[in-house]
Amino acid sequence: MISYMPYPVRIDDIVVETEDGNLKTFKLVFENETHAKAWNHVPGQFAMLSLAGQGEMPIGIASSPTEEGHLLFTVNRAGKVSTALHQMNIGDRMGVRGPLGNGFPVDTAMKGKNIVIIAGGFAVTTLRATLLSLLARRPDYGKITFIYGARTPGMLLYRDELKQWAQREDIDLHITIDREAPGWDGLVGFVPTIAGDVAPSPDNSVALICGPPIMIKFTMPPLEKIGWTDDQVYLSLENRMKCGEGVCCHCNVGPTLVCKDGPVFTRSQVKQLPIEY
Amino acid sequence: MPTINEIVSEEIRAQARKLLEEGTVAAVIGYAAGTLPMTVRPLVVRSPEDCSKLIWNTFCVLNLANYLPATLKSVEPPRGPRDPKPEGPLPKVAICATGCWSRNIVVQTQEHQVDRDRVVVMGVGSRGMVSRRKVEAIFSGKEILKVEEGDHELIVQGADFSETINRWSVVRDNCQTCTHPDPVLVDVRIGEPVSERKPPNPFIQVEKIEQKTVDARWAWFTEEFSTCIRCYACRNACPLCYCPTCFVDDAKPQWVGKSLDAVDTGLFHVLRAYHCAGRCTDCGTCETVCPMGINMRMLTKKLNKDVLNLYGIEAGMQPDAPLPLTTYAMDDPQKFMANEVAPVPSMAPATLGHRGPVPGSVKEGK
Amino acid sequence: MKVLKVTPAELDAMMQQWSKAHRVYAPALVKQPAASPNCAPGWRRVDGSGALTLSTGPTPASVKTFFFPQPETLLTYTLENNHPDKGLMREPEKSKEMQVVVGVRPCDARSVLLNNLPYQEDPFFQANRRRTALVGFTCDQSLSTCFCTQMGGSPLGSEGLDLAFSRTQDGFIVEVGSAKGEALVTGLDLAPADESEITALAARRQKEVKASSTELDTLKGRELGKLYDAPLWQPLGESCINCGACTFICPTCYCFDIQDEVVRGQGRRIRYWDSCMFPLYSLHTSGHNPRGQKVQRTRNRFLHKLKYFPDRFGPFSCVGCGRCVQDCPVNIDIREVMNDLLAVE
Repeated sequence: MISYMPYPVRIDDIVVETEDGNLKTFKLVFENETHAKAWNHVPGQFAMLSLAGQGEMPIGIASSPTEEGHLLFTVNRAGKVSTALHQMNIGDRMGVRGPLGNGFPVDTAMKGKNIVIIAGGFAVTTLRATLLSLLARRPDYGKITFIYGARTPGMLLYRDELKQWAQREDIDLHITIDREAPGWDGLVGFVPTIAGDVAPSPDNSVALICGPPIMIKFTMPPLEKIGWTDDQVYLSLENRMKCGEGVCCHCNVGPTLVCKDGPVFTRSQVKQLPIEY
Repeated sequence: MPTINEIVSEEIRAQARKLLEEGTVAAVIGYAAGTLPMTVRPLVVRSPEDCSKLIWNTFCVLNLANYLPATLKSVEPPRGPRDPKPEGPLPKVAICATGCWSRNIVVQTQEHQVDRDRVVVMGVGSRGMVSRRKVEAIFSGKEILKVEEGDHELIVQGADFSETINRWSVVRDNCQTCTHPDPVLVDVRIGEPVSERKPPNPFIQVEKIEQKTVDARWAWFTEEFSTCIRCYACRNACPLCYCPTCFVDDAKPQWVGKSLDAVDTGLFHVLRAYHCAGRCTDCGTCETVCPMGINMRMLTKKLNKDVLNLYGIEAGMQPDAPLPLTTYAMDDPQKFMANEVAPVPSMAPATLGHRGPVPGSVKEGK
Repeated sequence: MKVLKVTPAELDAMMQQWSKAHRVYAPALVKQPAASPNCAPGWRRVDGSGALTLSTGPTPASVKTFFFPQPETLLTYTLENNHPDKGLMREPEKSKEMQVVVGVRPCDARSVLLNNLPYQEDPFFQANRRRTALVGFTCDQSLSTCFCTQMGGSPLGSEGLDLAFSRTQDGFIVEVGSAKGEALVTGLDLAPADESEITALAARRQKEVKASSTELDTLKGRELGKLYDAPLWQPLGESCINCGACTFICPTCYCFDIQDEVVRGQGRRIRYWDSCMFPLYSLHTSGHNPRGQKVQRTRNRFLHKLKYFPDRFGPFSCVGCGRCVQDCPVNIDIREVMNDLLAVE
């Protein structure tokens, strides 16, 4: 049976991620030990963050299943619930309902493959979860390429971790910002351009692409040019949703429900759907 | 002998065809026949060949002005939200309009929703539209399969009956108390003009409620609106309701709850009526489209009465005058002001504000 | 299956009997408040006195309100400051009180079975199903707007009914369709139906031609893209005013919104009927709306019923009750839409 009851959690830590202050990462700890034990997610899944009196909102899970004891959600301040969440403090009580959706195929289609992760803006959250999962079982995968772009250095999420990953030999990391900025000595240019420059080989590879629709649109041609097919590319869709369990119908794209059948789809699956996302 | 509405239908088709063939307009808003007796479907015709679908009858109960802004937009060359307006005149749209609908077009023009120069009003004098509900009530329990329309009577037929009823007896309440059945804007005249009507008391239905005691009025209100299912047909069928986000849909802040709580439902209807004050032409569409048969028109009609009494204005009757509730005059009644009630003698009048027109002030301003 | 014989007087007695132990509802012939503890929209609570009156065709309101009430409280909580449980969600006690809905038509009974497909795992819908008995009356007569046979139903169908009454010359024969139905007739002294009457009903059912249901079924195999891009949607969307009347009176429209409501520090999370006809339904927080145009929303409703739902679950999400045909303010007729879709090359 579906349950609409969120697990009670407390806000254990809040990190302001971006220079504009609009993105904060909330570290949530279960109030009840049995809930913590019962929780089991796959990278790419999402959950409903529940604020009593405000409502619920679907947010991608930014923590990896390997980070035990807590959950991370990086939330952009935009609507009613996210605005209220941004006003909350460490120690406050809220709720989490999930995990929901299918997630990335880390145990199936991705296993044994070279992995190319391409992220733009704050869509990087579930890809952070994915990367950490892959790193925890590093021998199960081939080469890992991680391309991530933001508007400015100050808009990059998880900056401390990016530094750590840069030190590692087993990740091919490419961090880029849109325009030159003082103090930035890394890559400059839009994600599609960088992806074209990096030109990851499609052989025995899988790509996960998350970002604004326009970024996805322009990232595909350079990849297609070097032989990538739609079946190798995984995207994550977003739509307004309410129940997250495939009942309320809000998130439908044609016959497909983003909350239940997705949010992760191959690009060839997405191409079969009407453009209602 | 063709009936009046058969003649009107033929004229609408001929004029629409002509306007489209000449290229005067890019689209014509009218009615097509419905699939059930006493129903019609609003239709936008874009080619002369499709004009044969246009009809006019005594069941044309939806206010076509509601379709005007979207249809005007649809005939403009496509452009992005930031693209500049194309040069030169934009294509025009013709619309069939009776008295109240044409007054709504005036209001739409006053509120800058519609560019009058782009509208060709095919004016039809209204003889009052029939309420399907009233007819069905007469034949309660029997299914009506066909209704033939004469000029003054309806022949109502079912599987085992055929009865003739007087047309006026089943005309909608708003049409029965209508004073301006003939269009106030006419670019192309369809049929014969209809003269102004002088019903003995246009507000008789409202006054019946006004005469009740406060408790009885509250009881009427509670009961009348208790069946609302919040489908918003009344709002969506109304040419006045064009806010990009209706107050009931706002989430930040949320003004109205979403369940069927009587307070929320009542609040929606009362606020909607107030939004229509000074703008409503009593076209009756809200009431007609309600699947639950709620007479929400009583609220707007009451406000129409108040606006008429307070400001002497009927919506859409004075194209050049500002809308009554978006302007003011120095001699507007202002009983609500505290200084009207008890001026304090020890204070100088100047500090209390003025009580009459200030010499040299603007009489009517924006 | 048990089949009983019931006289009109016995029916009155049965309703009286039921109303002693359960909440009994019958179709309302006059206006009923939409939200009230003792009524459901379009239905009135009866005490068993007075005869049951049914109009031809579907009941004024569908039975969906008993399974999918407007609203349903999912969770409750307190927001009182310093309360130890502040913000802690609690599941409300689900009512177990039996409700007996009398006068249900076969089309509505089928709608419950169809809605049960997406709601298979929904605890609230299932709890309401467990506590609701449907006492139905097959249709001797149909309205011109009825098209249940086209949608795979039958005016004489008993599918989904706990007790199905069919008229005979001097009363009814009653088919007991479930354990809930069985419980409703237990302890009543009712005679079994005559064999001849059972045969007569079976013969009448045989005669009910399943009109064009097979033809309509070809829609299911059609390519979505073709149906989606068909030219019929543009004029349809243009006429549609995007109100929620059709979705709210529809027995098989089942989508909902969830909201929090707080009154004086006491909160509840409720779900209530929503409509894919409303722009807000699909609006993203960013302002992007995947179905921002009227025509997209109109198309979504029909394709959901005639293509998306069958793709997921098999049957069409429509029982052919014709309520939307009757009540659409702009006379959008789903029968026409189906014919136009069948004609799509």
